[in-house]
Amino acid sequence: MRIFDPHIHMTSRTTDDYAAMAAHGVRALVEPAFWLGQPRTSVGSFVDYFDSLVGWEPFRASQFGIRHHCTIALNPKEANDPRCREVLDILPRYLAKDGVVAVGEVGYDSMTPEEDDVFAAQLELAERFELPVLVHTPHRDKAKGTTRTLEVVRESGLDPSMVVVDHLNELTVGEVADSGCWRGFSIYPDTKMDPDRMVAILTEYGTERVLVNSAADWGKSDPLRTYATGQAMLAAGFSADDVDQVLWRNPVAFYGQSGRLELEGADADEGATFEGNSILRGARAS
Amino acid sequence: MTDLRRSRAVPSSWLDEQLDGRLAPEAAAWLAGRRDEVVRRPELLGEVFPAVARQVGRDVVDDAWTVDEAARALLLAALATVVPAEHLSTALAEVYRYGDAAEKRAALRALAVDEVAELLGDRAVPILADAIRTNDQRLLAAALGPYATAHLDADAFRQAVLKCVFSGVPLALVDGLPDRADADLAQMMTDFAAERTAAGREIPVDIHDYLAKQED
Ligand SMILES: [Zn+2]
Repeated sequence: MRIFDPHIHMTSRTTDDYAAMAAHGVRALVEPAFWLGQPRTSVGSFVDYFDSLVGWEPFRASQFGIRHHCTIALNPKEANDPRCREVLDILPRYLAKDGVVAVGEVGYDSMTPEEDDVFAAQLELAERFELPVLVHTPHRDKAKGTTRTLEVVRESGLDPSMVVVDHLNELTVGEVADSGCWRGFSIYPDTKMDPDRMVAILTEYGTERVLVNSAADWGKSDPLRTYATGQAMLAAGFSADDVDQVLWRNPVAFYGQSGRLELEGADADEGATFEGNSILRGARAS
Repeated sequence: MTDLRRSRAVPSSWLDEQLDGRLAPEAAAWLAGRRDEVVRRPELLGEVFPAVARQVGRDVVDDAWTVDEAARALLLAALATVVPAEHLSTALAEVYRYGDAAEKRAALRALAVDEVAELLGDRAVPILADAIRTNDQRLLAAALGPYATAHLDADAFRQAVLKCVFSGVPLALVDGLPDRADADLAQMMTDFAAERTAAGREIPVDIHDYLAKQED
């Protein structure tokens, strides 16, 4: 099983987590810029964070043969702090960088007017830098937040195929499916969304335009939820090819729209054989 | 250590000649367009500079330059034709500040371009100081080019050379050697060699020429 985790906050994980992920088939990931637990009070803190998303974390991931990419944005939580608004001015410097494959996480947290402004401004940046967008939906008031998110995306004129709306559940997936945007699901060890419910949603809505991630943020989370979902899919009768589509080819297709994914050497499908021989037989894992 | 490169002084016209045969037509057109753009709207440098390598590639030109570094240096040289020294200095400091490792190296390498160095005077010394403070050998090697030879004061220069010895940057890559070697540097090298020997460790072979003459 080859896995591309399309949304995982490695900054909040230990190096042992990288080892466990590599051992379970995670070969590539995208780490979205988000909050850091402790609120930031100046632009400099964001700059250092963005630098670690394009510097330190890719280095740390590479020690385990994992390709690390990131998304850059001012997140909706901190969009409400006037001290953080200047972050918008430095975003272009980072959105131009090689490892940056989308604008994100953007969207709503509490649906304030400040969040409206920052969301709209960043959708414009996505258009200007020809990047896909990763949109966070609020954990409180999710249904209303998702509806409003889709309205803003529609008004922006962005092609819905360039947008993933994340953290969906049974109540919000239908509306996003109808919009033409990609559907994103964060699988947690608690009640928000688990592998079996994910399998039920995949059964109902299919395996197209869907991204499954383990988020692995500051909350109770598990960086192997992608793997657990793949196992749950197989147990429910999905084929290995279905699993590969959801856990590898879909994220590659979505973030590949940036033109900046570097997967050479990481994307071999170990199921592929040549005259009956697996090309990876006897090859080193790196 | 194949990716440790010296910084060697060149005019921007030399960089143009090198890129002429090396860039694919689309990459050459992209770079020409961005140079015009930076001349018309200098504020765009910050978002053009990071995008260079994936457009023009990263091929090696010689023991000093790569294609992406040459292209980034040409953007700064283009800017140097239209803005005052203070503005160029700020723009360079910002692409260095916000740059990843490759962008930082390119900003340092650009200091070896005649037109950039002439306009800046000694304004880019703080960038050299930052690069010398890091433990990144490639940054250190890039920093110790002709601009450092011309603008680092004697003490900073000696400390930088000693840092090369400590961190394994070959002294052959330091533009200011042997010309700027002096008795104080020789004494520092000698002390360093004595400490290494006392610790039972080898001393780098390339420091022998710089050791103080011992009296018998
Ligand atoms: Zn997140």
